[in-house]
Amino acid sequence: MGEILEGLKAAFLLLVTLDSDLVEITLRSLQVTLSALVISSLIALPFGAWLAIRRFRHRRLAIAVLNALMGIPPVVVGLFVYLLLSRSGPFGVLGLLYTPSAMIIAQVIIITPLIASIAHQSLRELWAEYHDLLISLNTTRHQRIKTLVWDGRRALLTASLAGFGRAIGEVGAIMIVGGNIDHATRVLTTAIALETSKGDFSLALGLGFVLIGLAISVNVAIHWLTRTEREGRW
Amino acid sequence: MKHLVLSAVFSICSAVPILAEDLRLAVTTSFHNSGLADVLLPEIAKDTGLNVQLLVVGTGQAIHLGEAGDVDAILVHSQKAEEAFVDGGFGRHRREIMYNDFVFIGPVEDPAGVGNAESAAESLSSIKANQALFVSRGDESGTHKKERALWQLAGFDLEQFGDWYRAVGAGMGATLNAAAGMGAYAMSDRASWLNFGNKEGLALLFSGDPLLFNQYAYLPVNPERHSHVNAEGAQKLEEWLVSEEAEALIDGYQINGEQLFTFNATR
Amino acid sequence: MVNSILPLELQEVVVSKRGRRIVGPVTYTLAGAGTTIVIGPNGSGKTTLLRMMHGLERTSEGRLSWAQAFKEASQRQSFVFQSPIIMRRSVLDNLAYPLTLAGKSRKEANEAAARWAAKVGLGSRLQQSASRLSGGEKQKLALARALIREPEVLFLDEPCANLDGKATRVIEGVLQDAKSNGTRLVMSTHDMGQARRLADDVIFMLGGQIHECAPVQDFFNSPATPETEQFLRGDIVE
Repeated sequence: MGEILEGLKAAFLLLVTLDSDLVEITLRSLQVTLSALVISSLIALPFGAWLAIRRFRHRRLAIAVLNALMGIPPVVVGLFVYLLLSRSGPFGVLGLLYTPSAMIIAQVIIITPLIASIAHQSLRELWAEYHDLLISLNTTRHQRIKTLVWDGRRALLTASLAGFGRAIGEVGAIMIVGGNIDHATRVLTTAIALETSKGDFSLALGLGFVLIGLAISVNVAIHWLTRTEREGRW
Repeated sequence: MKHLVLSAVFSICSAVPILAEDLRLAVTTSFHNSGLADVLLPEIAKDTGLNVQLLVVGTGQAIHLGEAGDVDAILVHSQKAEEAFVDGGFGRHRREIMYNDFVFIGPVEDPAGVGNAESAAESLSSIKANQALFVSRGDESGTHKKERALWQLAGFDLEQFGDWYRAVGAGMGATLNAAAGMGAYAMSDRASWLNFGNKEGLALLFSGDPLLFNQYAYLPVNPERHSHVNAEGAQKLEEWLVSEEAEALIDGYQINGEQLFTFNATR
Repeated sequence: MVNSILPLELQEVVVSKRGRRIVGPVTYTLAGAGTTIVIGPNGSGKTTLLRMMHGLERTSEGRLSWAQAFKEASQRQSFVFQSPIIMRRSVLDNLAYPLTLAGKSRKEANEAAARWAAKVGLGSRLQQSASRLSGGEKQKLALARALIREPEVLFLDEPCANLDGKATRVIEGVLQDAKSNGTRLVMSTHDMGQARRLADDVIFMLGGQIHECAPVQDFFNSPATPETEQFLRGDIVE
């Protein structure tokens, strides 16, 4: 109990003093995760919609694979991305290892299946609802995906937020491909891991509270933004 | 939405260029936990213009990163592995810089009586004889290798150990956290121990046997193997590390009034 | 005037699902003008017949052909479902949707949407989300949306099944307007009164087949078969 209070105190102190290191790693956390989120959403949402409307031979298998991909431990993804981006790996010449870009790539791989899977499930219901109408109106496949993504945007927002939650709290993969380099690739989660390994639990916990606060603020902000976008009830 | 896309593109673009003065150095957890880096890096930046980016990993991973060419140099403490690294053509050479020492940590009550031991071997013997809990790094790090070598020197076979011997497969800090949680013994480098924040119930029980000295060496990655490495920067850093200024900083670094490292590079 | 997509010709068409024959074999020609009403007991295949004509059901045997290419024909016909499919959008956006699909400008689509909303009595509710309309309003919206591209053929599957008299009257009025503007209507119903009010001719479905097909006067006044007579009398026919 004492340590939790210490952690809250540490978090409070870090926040009120606007600790420059804290600001830096918080902004980097946001930069990496939001970038990964945008890229993943651009891939996963249309893919989820496509999967919802398309009937093909191995569709069930594809969905099973997608759901399985959600369960891959991030550390494995990190190792995989490391091997690809290592100087001795196939994409070594790009020099991306130990940069925020490498962390973004790892996070995209981790959260794209998650977002696509949730998107697929909610759009499948919407598609069942719209199916006859959209066939009757003789829509093209592109128009169907566009319509589903637009009309299902609330559910898709939830899918994206789930991806955000997973990415912002992820530590295993970005530790491996980012390296937790001070002033270069250190983010909230890797900083927490570092402080824990140093036995500085109160600072680690303080950073943890900052992370939780950040996740909550982003969720609330996005919900608030979409609420004001339209007073509708969709 | 557009803003997010732009920021994503921007962040990818902005992250790509690697500035010329950056130097990537893989170091061991124990070195980083000592806090010495926080003293040395600003001076290095001032004197040489090098922005040293530290990758804090275990010795095994540090050597792997060097072999893969993902860092420009490594600073580790595992002589056999270092020599193999140079022999394999991955490192240009091995330059000894400084040493610190390992210590035995255990519960304040010291049920195995390690505090009364005369040597490292005697300490380990009494832990084994009492079947007292012992937490091992178990992660193939330099510290782990050293610990296994010490058990062997004391005449024991690790394969025969019962479940009082617990390999956690974690870094030094996590291992000390585990020792604190279980009330167990552990071997730590002195620096990690002194900087460790969660000492509750633990105490330094034995140190000083020359067998426990821990030699750090600097190994620049061979540019003939990986043409992209910053060999020039690695050379500059090496020159600085063996300089008189470095000697003064290393020998003068103290935690709670204790000197941690002893400079022993030959110029 | 562009070439008509009619006649629609069905030759020995069968619709089967999981090996069970739902409709067919059906041979029929849909041509000319006016309103065809499809009646018949539950499970006789009325809905499937309409859906098959519109292209919503795959034919497993036989031939279905329009006077124009399939793609052209599909764009000039609409369908109104028994329980209206309402998009998660505003009334305005629901109505404008088929026009934006057809590449009309937003402005043009919105003007037409407002016009059609007024026609079905939803003029004051353009900005409301369509899910909050009542059942009758939803069906009016669906009808307006189906007519907004001014289709040559409109299929309706029991559009008034769940509606009160007031809503039914509005919908029948809109349908009469559409008919006089040249839209060919094909509609199923359970309501014999509605059949008498709207029909020019009648299809009587029984057991998945077109049992009888006749002009409305002949059908009601001199049924050709005993089954038709029983059905009109209110007996259960199978």
